[in-house]
Amino acid sequence: MKKPNDVILQTVTTVISFIIILFSINLFFAGHYTPGGGFIGGLMTAAALVLLLLAYDVKTLNKVLPFNYQVMTAAGLLIAVLTSAGALLFNEPFLTHAYDYFDLPLLGKTSLHTAVLFDTGVYLVVIGITMTIIQTIGESE
Amino acid sequence: MLTIAIYIALVGVAASMIGIVIRVVKGPSAADRVVALDSLGISLIAMTGLFSMLLDSSVFLEVILLLGILAFIGTVAFSKYLEKGAIVDRERHK
Repeated sequence: MKKPNDVILQTVTTVISFIIILFSINLFFAGHYTPGGGFIGGLMTAAALVLLLLAYDVKTLNKVLPFNYQVMTAAGLLIAVLTSAGALLFNEPFLTHAYDYFDLPLLGKTSLHTAVLFDTGVYLVVIGITMTIIQTIGESE
Repeated sequence: MLTIAIYIALVGVAASMIGIVIRVVKGPSAADRVVALDSLGISLIAMTGLFSMLLDSSVFLEVILLLGILAFIGTVAFSKYLEKGAIVDRERHK
């Protein structure tokens, strides 16, 4: 049997996975004003990681990106709960968010919203759960 | 004028999608069906672009990029399954 050779797939993957990750970050930050948000951004990041899994294997991906995806899920849930509970410190109801305008060095006048921090939790949970499911199914015999 | 052109293009894409669906249903081998499903995804991208022109909105442009990525990953996954029998390897063979 001849040796399988997927050099085209691996070369394409190294270029395309960066584009997919950039697109997912764009979707994540665009979620407040345009379509997007934490859920679809996390799914697209997971899609880039799945593409790496397809071109390489589980062991290589664990060596390149040594994340524990269950810890990532837990950290995302913790971030979501803490940013929701932060409103309690200011005598506001649970899940109340705040925003204000800031003058950032490069971006100029920007509105920063604490909902982004909540969305970061959603993003991490989606990546963690998707990668846990796929790696668990892929590793089982 | 542009609206009429968009309608004509939509009918053309829809007709080609019907042809692709026929290939999906009666394709003799699995590879035929995979390629047909991939081109079905690309036709869906064309459909989305035409509809976003028809509805005069730019909020569907993310959908176009998303469908392209998903069609690519799905096709790669299916062709790897057809080639090797497993989609995710645990360890690379030497």
